[in-house]
Amino acid sequence: MNSKNPFLVEVLTAMALVVAPFVLPHLGFAPATINRILIWGLFGLGFDILFGYTGLLSFGQSAFFGTGGMFAAYLMTGMDFPHVLASVCIGATVAGVVGYLVGLVALKRTGIYFAMITVAISEVFFFVEFNPLSAYTGGENGLPGVPTPSFNLGFTTLEFNTDWTMYIFLAIWYFVGLMIALRIVRSPVGAILSAIRDNPLRAAALGHDIHSYKHAAFVIAAVYAGFAGGLLGVMQGFMPPEAFMFDTSGQLVMQTAIGGAGTLFGPLVGATVWLFLSDYFQNTLHLGAIWKLVLGIVFVLLVCFLRRGIVGAIIDVYELGTGGKKAVRPAQVSGAVPAGNHSTSTSPAELMPTIHRPTDSAAGPVLRAIGLSKRYGGLLANSDINFSVEQGEVRGIIGPNGAGKSTFFKMLTREVAPTSGRILFQGRDITALGVADVCQLGLAKSYQINQLFDRLTVRDNLRIAALGELRGRFRLDLFRNIDKIPGLQVQVDRTLALVSLTQRAETPVSELAYGEKRRLEIGLALATSPSLLLLDEPLAGMSPRERIETVALLKSIGRGRTMIIIDHDMDSLFELVERVTVLQEGRVLVEGTPEEIKANAKVQEAYLGGIHEEVA
Amino acid sequence: MINWANFISQCFNGLVLGALLALISSGLTIIYGTLGVLNLAHGAMFMLGGYAGYVAYDYTGSYVVAVVAGSLFVMLVGLLMEKLIIRHFYSRPYEDQLLVTFGLGIVFVEAVRFFFGGLSKSVPPPGPLVGITPLGFMMYPTYRLALLAIVTVALLALYFVLYRTRIGMIVRAGIEDAVMVSSLGIDVYKIFTLVFGIGAMAAGFAGIVNAPVVSIAPDVGESILVQTFVVVVIGGVGSFPGAVVGGLIAGEIISITSMFNPGYAYVMLFVAMTLVLVLRPYGLFGTAGRE
Repeated sequence: MNSKNPFLVEVLTAMALVVAPFVLPHLGFAPATINRILIWGLFGLGFDILFGYTGLLSFGQSAFFGTGGMFAAYLMTGMDFPHVLASVCIGATVAGVVGYLVGLVALKRTGIYFAMITVAISEVFFFVEFNPLSAYTGGENGLPGVPTPSFNLGFTTLEFNTDWTMYIFLAIWYFVGLMIALRIVRSPVGAILSAIRDNPLRAAALGHDIHSYKHAAFVIAAVYAGFAGGLLGVMQGFMPPEAFMFDTSGQLVMQTAIGGAGTLFGPLVGATVWLFLSDYFQNTLHLGAIWKLVLGIVFVLLVCFLRRGIVGAIIDVYELGTGGKKAVRPAQVSGAVPAGNHSTSTSPAELMPTIHRPTDSAAGPVLRAIGLSKRYGGLLANSDINFSVEQGEVRGIIGPNGAGKSTFFKMLTREVAPTSGRILFQGRDITALGVADVCQLGLAKSYQINQLFDRLTVRDNLRIAALGELRGRFRLDLFRNIDKIPGLQVQVDRTLALVSLTQRAETPVSELAYGEKRRLEIGLALATSPSLLLLDEPLAGMSPRERIETVALLKSIGRGRTMIIIDHDMDSLFELVERVTVLQEGRVLVEGTPEEIKANAKVQEAYLGGIHEEVA
Repeated sequence: MINWANFISQCFNGLVLGALLALISSGLTIIYGTLGVLNLAHGAMFMLGGYAGYVAYDYTGSYVVAVVAGSLFVMLVGLLMEKLIIRHFYSRPYEDQLLVTFGLGIVFVEAVRFFFGGLSKSVPPPGPLVGITPLGFMMYPTYRLALLAIVTVALLALYFVLYRTRIGMIVRAGIEDAVMVSSLGIDVYKIFTLVFGIGAMAAGFAGIVNAPVVSIAPDVGESILVQTFVVVVIGGVGSFPGAVVGGLIAGEIISITSMFNPGYAYVMLFVAMTLVLVLRPYGLFGTAGRE
C-alpha cells in the first residue's frame, strides 16, 4: 500500500488493537462482543483471500470453522489433551486437510456452480456433525468444558481466563493472522490470485496453473476458518454446534460484504458493525426478533448502493481527498507523450532478451502443425492444415472472415483442442498439453479482444505475465515479497518501455485509453519472454495514427524474434512480415512472400471474388 | 433385513419429493438460464408460497383458493423483485447478484418470522384427499398420491408453456442467447420480468401444495434451496429436462437413505453430485456455454 513505510498497516493495526479495549466499551460494546469481533475478523481474513482476492464466493466456510473448532474442542474435552494452543493449531490443520479434500470437488467448477456446491457442502457437514458424529461432537448440545489457555513460564503462569485477558490472547492471534495474510497478499501468489479473480483464462494463458492456485486459496481460507473455530470454543469455554450451521457461512459472507471484500479489514469492520447493531437492536432498543430483519434490509441496501463495502468507501473517499492528484497526473503525462517518434527514438527491444529457454532443437522449424483440423459439429473450422515457421521468421496469416485464422491460433496455444492433427513446438509434441504448459514452453499470444486484468495497474498486469516465466506453473512462495524477486523489476520495466507505457505504469487498466490497452495486450504476451509470439489482429480497432505507431512497435519487437501475425490490414502486414500464409474456408490456400501473395490469382479471387459476387 | 413394504413406500415418498424438487428446480433453472442470475432467495419463495397459502386458507377455508392465492402472491413478489432490484444487477458481477438475492432471502424469512412467529403452521389437505388409500400391496396417504398428480400436472403445464407457446419459445431462445433475442426486436426485459415471476411461482406453488405434508416454518426454504442446488448441479444449469431428472434422482436418494439413517441423506446427495461433477462436469443435461 505504502512504499515509504512498508509496515504502516501493521503498525496502525497494532495501535488500534491496543486502543480498542479502552475505547470500544464507551461506545456500548460488551467485552464478549469485542472478543467475538476478533474471531469473526480472523475467520474473515482467510475468507477474504478466497473471495475478495481470488473471486471465489464460498457459502461453505462454516464447514471448516466447525471442523476446526470441534476437532480442537474434542481434543481438549474428549481426549483431555491439555495444550490449548496446540489443540487449536491441530484443529486448524485438520480443517486445512478437509479443505484440501473438499476443494478437489468444489473447484471442479467456478462461478455460481462453485457457490452452489459450497452451499451443499456446508449442509453435508452440518448433518454429519449433528447425527452420525454426535458421539464426538455432542450433537445438538455441542462440547462444553473447553479450557482457557494458560502458559507456564517458569516464574509465573499466564492465565487468559477473563474477558480482558482473553482479549489480549485473541488480539495477539488476530495480529499474527493479519501479518500472515498481508504477507500472502503481497507475495507473488497474492498477485496471481488477484489476476485469477479478474481474468482466469488470461492468467492461465500466461503460464500459471490457476487450478492449483485456487486450491491453495481454498485451503488457506479453511485453515483460517479452522483456527478461528478453535478460538471460538476456547473463548466461550464451549464449542457450539451452531458453528456448523449455514447461517454461520451466511453471516461471514454478509459481514465481509458490509465491511468490503478484497481489503482484509473488511470482515473485521463488517463484524464490528454487524455485532454492534445486533447487540444494540436487541439490548438497547429491545426490538426482539425483528433485529435480524432490520440487519437483512441494511445488508440489501448496502449491496445495492455501497458496492465496495465500508472499507472500500473509506478508501474511495480518501483517494478523492488526497490521491485525487495521483489519478490526474498520469493522464496529463500521457497527453504529453509524443506519438510519432516511436521508431526513431530508442528501440528498447534490443534491451529485451528474446529467449531464456534452452532450445533443444536449434535446427528445424520452431513450430510445425501437421494435418491440424477442428470440427464444430457440422462446421469444419480448420481442415488438414500443414504449417511451419522457422526460427527468427516473421510470418503473416491473412484470410477472409471465417477462414479459421483465430481457431488456428487457439489450437496452437491449446485454448481449443484440435479434432485431429499434431502440433510440434521446438520439436516437442504439445498437442496434449494445457494452456499454461504451452506458455511455459515459450509460446505466447496477444488476443484479438483485449484480455487484461482490469482492476490491476499496468505494472501489476505485466508482473503477472513475467511471474509465469520467472516462477514456473505453480509455486507456493506465500511469504516472499514480490518486490524482491530477482529479475522481475527489470523485465517489467523493459516491457513497459517497449510498449511505451512507462508513464502509465501505476494506472489501473480500467482507466487506460483503447490504444494503450492494445499495447498492454501485446506487452502481456511479450513479458513472458516468448520464443514464439502469436499476435491475433494487433491492429484491430485502431485509428490510422495508432496503426502507424503499432506497426513501428511490432517492427522493433520483431528483430530477432519469431512471430506469427494475423491481421486484416494487409498493407501494414505486408510491411512487417517476410512470408504470408493465406487461409480460406479453413484450408491453406497459398503461401509465399508478400509480393507473391499480392500477385497470386487465387488470393485475388478469394478476396475480390467475394466482392464481385456481392456487386453482381 | 429390508422391509419391502417400507422400502416401496419410501420409493413413493422419493417420487413425491422428487417431483416437488423438479418443479422448484425448474423454476430456479429457467430464471438462471434466461437472466443469468442465480436466485438464492428461491428457497424463501417456496416458504412464502406456503405462508401466503396458509393465510388464504385461514380466511376462506378453501384449499383451492389457498393454492391459487399462494401461487399468485409469490408470482407478484417475483415480478416486483425483478422490477425493483434484480434488474439493476444484470450488469454487475455475479457475486453481487448472489449477495443481493441472499440478503433478500433473509429479509423474506425474517419478515415472515416477525409476522407469524417461529412456530410451524399447517394447512390440512382438502376433505376428499384426507386418509389413506390402499394400493393393493401397501397403504399410502391419499394426499401424497394426489400431490404427485398435482405436481406432475404443474410440471406438464410448465413444459407446455415453455415448449408449446410463443412466450416459451422466446424464453428458450433467451436461455440460449439473450442478446440475440433482444436484437430481434423483442423486449427482453419484459421477458425477464415474466420469467422471474414464473420461476418464483413454481417455487411458491410447490410451497403451498406441500404444506399439508410438511408443516411450514420460516426456515423451511433453506433445506429446499440446498436440495435444489444439488438437483441443478446434477441436471445441468438452464435445462428443464435436467431439473426433472435431477429432481427425481435427488428425491429418491434422500428418501431411500433416510430409511436407513437420515443423517446420511445429504452425504449421499453429495456423493451423487460429486460423481456427476467428475463424470459429466456440466451436469447430465447441461452444456458448457451456460455457465
